[in-house]
Amino acid sequence: MSATLLAVQTLNGLQLGILLFLIAAGLTLVFGVMDFINLAHGVQYMLGAYLAVTGYSLTGTFWGALLFGMLGALVVGLVLELLVFRHLYDRDHLDQVLATFGIILFLNEAVRTIWGSTPLTLPMPDLLSGSFELMDGLLYPVYRIALIVAGLVVAAVLYLLVTRTRAGMLVRAGATNAPMVAALGVDIRRLFMLVFGFGTMLAGFAGILAAPILVVEPGMGDNLLILAFVVIVIGGIGSIRGAFIAALIVGLVDTLGRGFATDIAKLVMSPSAANGVGPAIASMLIYLLMAAVLFFRPTGLFPARGG
Amino acid sequence: MADPILQLQDLTKAYGALKVTDHVSLDVLPGEIHAIIGPNGAGKTTLIGQISGSLRPDGGSIRFAGENVTHLPMHARARIGLARSFQITEILPAFTARENVALALQAKQGHSFRFLRNVSRDRDLNDRALACLAELGLSHRADLPAGILSHGEKRALELAIAMACEPKLLLLDEPMAGTGREETDRLVEVLSQLKGRYAMLLVEHDMSAVFALADRISVLVYGQIIETGTPDQIRASTKVREAYLGEEAA
Amino acid sequence: MTASPVSTTGPATSSMVPVRRRSRETLIAAVAFILFALLPPMASALNDTFFVFFAIRVMVFAIAAVSLSLILGFGALVSFGHAAYLGLGAYSVGILAEHGYWDVTVSLPVTLLVCGLFAAITGAISLKTRGVYFIMITLAFGQMAYYTATSLSAYGGDDGLTIWGRTEIFASSVLSDRTTFYYVVLGMLILSYVIARVIVASRFGRVLQGAKQSEMRLRAVGIDPYWYRLVAYVIAGMMAGVAGALLANAAEFVSPAYMSWHRSGELIVMVVLGGLGSLAGSIVGAASFLVLEEVLAHFTEHWRLIFGPLLVLVVLFGKGGLTAMLGGGRKNG
Repeated sequence: MSATLLAVQTLNGLQLGILLFLIAAGLTLVFGVMDFINLAHGVQYMLGAYLAVTGYSLTGTFWGALLFGMLGALVVGLVLELLVFRHLYDRDHLDQVLATFGIILFLNEAVRTIWGSTPLTLPMPDLLSGSFELMDGLLYPVYRIALIVAGLVVAAVLYLLVTRTRAGMLVRAGATNAPMVAALGVDIRRLFMLVFGFGTMLAGFAGILAAPILVVEPGMGDNLLILAFVVIVIGGIGSIRGAFIAALIVGLVDTLGRGFATDIAKLVMSPSAANGVGPAIASMLIYLLMAAVLFFRPTGLFPARGG
Repeated sequence: MADPILQLQDLTKAYGALKVTDHVSLDVLPGEIHAIIGPNGAGKTTLIGQISGSLRPDGGSIRFAGENVTHLPMHARARIGLARSFQITEILPAFTARENVALALQAKQGHSFRFLRNVSRDRDLNDRALACLAELGLSHRADLPAGILSHGEKRALELAIAMACEPKLLLLDEPMAGTGREETDRLVEVLSQLKGRYAMLLVEHDMSAVFALADRISVLVYGQIIETGTPDQIRASTKVREAYLGEEAA
Repeated sequence: MTASPVSTTGPATSSMVPVRRRSRETLIAAVAFILFALLPPMASALNDTFFVFFAIRVMVFAIAAVSLSLILGFGALVSFGHAAYLGLGAYSVGILAEHGYWDVTVSLPVTLLVCGLFAAITGAISLKTRGVYFIMITLAFGQMAYYTATSLSAYGGDDGLTIWGRTEIFASSVLSDRTTFYYVVLGMLILSYVIARVIVASRFGRVLQGAKQSEMRLRAVGIDPYWYRLVAYVIAGMMAGVAGALLANAAEFVSPAYMSWHRSGELIVMVVLGGLGSLAGSIVGAASFLVLEEVLAHFTEHWRLIFGPLLVLVVLFGKGGLTAMLGGGRKNG
């Protein structure tokens, strides 16, 4: 494994980590504040991407697509909250799982019906379409760098929002002790609408960012949703910091694992055996990581609920 | 003097700077009813939690029936004879009263990795459960779901479950909480009949019940035991008057 | 404890229900088994083999639903990775066949061992957690099994693995006869149901149902629920593994799709449709789900557009599942 390859894979890992963080951030706050499990969060990612594709065909620019996608994801999220989710907060987790599962089935199918099953693409903005020369002989697309930077900026802003603003303080307090916040006279439902809408938009944003480099297809959010769950379990429910660090870890471990597991396996076994075993191990890595973290820290690395 | 069945030594627990259990030492002798009283926030519930094993003390030790149980989990303490009732009733609402008691009996009879025999047709278990319920005047409620019993009946059921464990020590966390005068009187009568059969550690707010039942009383104030003695000694203690009874008189 | 139509903590546990309800449970199961038993002769009278294939599918999923019902309905363990065991059972049969081992004396023990081990290891970790953690972790482990299967390039990877035949019973290929296979599957369904019923009514079952109501109460009488839950989890995993082995035989094909997380979700839907805390209900639930899917898909390929909202409505407004609706509703539900 050459240094160049390692550098590229590391950047790819960071990129996956950033996407995961954008999805996990909203999800973990929603878990934390309302103890509400929303399986349909992944479809927001998908909707962001699809709406951006439509936005592009309407406006002809990436930036128009970005705006259209984010607003669209926000509207859909708020409509769902109003129609379905708010009736589920007081229910047990099984009800939440079933109802949000129903929504996934519906929205995945709706996307297939409206946009068709064939994968779509979203063109990159011209401004970001070139390549950087990172080191000698290593070209890396500007867009992917921009994606990482955009994600980091969002993470920083989010961190400031949660730690420095009044709303953020309430969200953090809500994650620790929701009844207490409600008792202090804060409208916890409004607070949750805010968190929920924001989380929805972030997931949509992730979908739009991913659209130019990954294919846009029905069900594209499902797998990332489960990875986001792994991120939240590792990071600790309700913790933005935990989600950020865990997302980067999961992104790097998964990407580097897939890149190098076979090579590493070849060090200890025959090449043909390694070709068989390597990919299998690579696909298990993050789950093993999750299991290990849980074994030593059952509430994740940065549990929001102290004590 | 007989060896104490329960012995707390120098038990401490703090939440941050707040010492909720501050070097508490106390013991319960076989057959004795030892009551703990104290104003709200004195740390009674935290103390019960540490004795039963749902909370971990920061320091000190708990010996029970000759064993150091300081680090044993709750179920292991229950297995060697420490039964408890809860301040907020903790019964299995979907099970009948009889099934609630039968579960305790079945736990007493060893592990429950028994998959074949239908437990509701286990005559021996059912009869014994019924006998426990009868002792607390609940026979007529045996086959009703526990969730629909009255509050007082639920408190009595908790006692029946605890007794079914054939405990060496009954840990009673405010058994009279929320019951009416009549029900309290009945519970006091039941407990005084059980007196001598089990050692009991009784945490209770109802002073008339405590003074009627207890052999010894310890007074807990701000996590510290300020006095231990017979009901008469406690009544006469000026320290207790100042710290606790006085407060109530004021 | 919140009141809700499909609450996991409702009073629908078999050991406390009146005798009337228990006999209704038996009646529903008996009717279901008799209908299944009569189906092949009726189908052959109609000269329609579709129904036989479809009923095999229904029975296989009914076994998986009964196994999930054991931990979800009676233990309140919302396992979102149960389809993994379908896949593990199926892959056990498929991979063994690929290497020339066809006999049930090999494949059944291997299936039970593989599924039991996977359940024991993943269960030991996930049962340390509660609530949303448990749901997410079981989901993640299910997904791990799924991705591992897709990466098994030697056994078809993403595309799956065709099995050129059916499991042999003591070196005889009786199962290749469709009717024989049908009745073997029915026999396994009845066996699974009876085993689950016996377990639920046993001392072990009572601990499982007690733990669902109050963990604290169990600890206070000297029972650590953890090991009981783990054993129940392992039993359920092995039972679902048998369903998976039958599924592989029915389709003569194994695919990672068997373990997709949608499939796990569907299994939960089947159990809830049938009513939590009713094993016979899970059989009815599995049948209703698959029939509904078939009927809706007959009208439109976009049947999920109808099924998804339907599911949301059932959760928001339904009460106690189908068996309750059939039998006049459960009290205090």
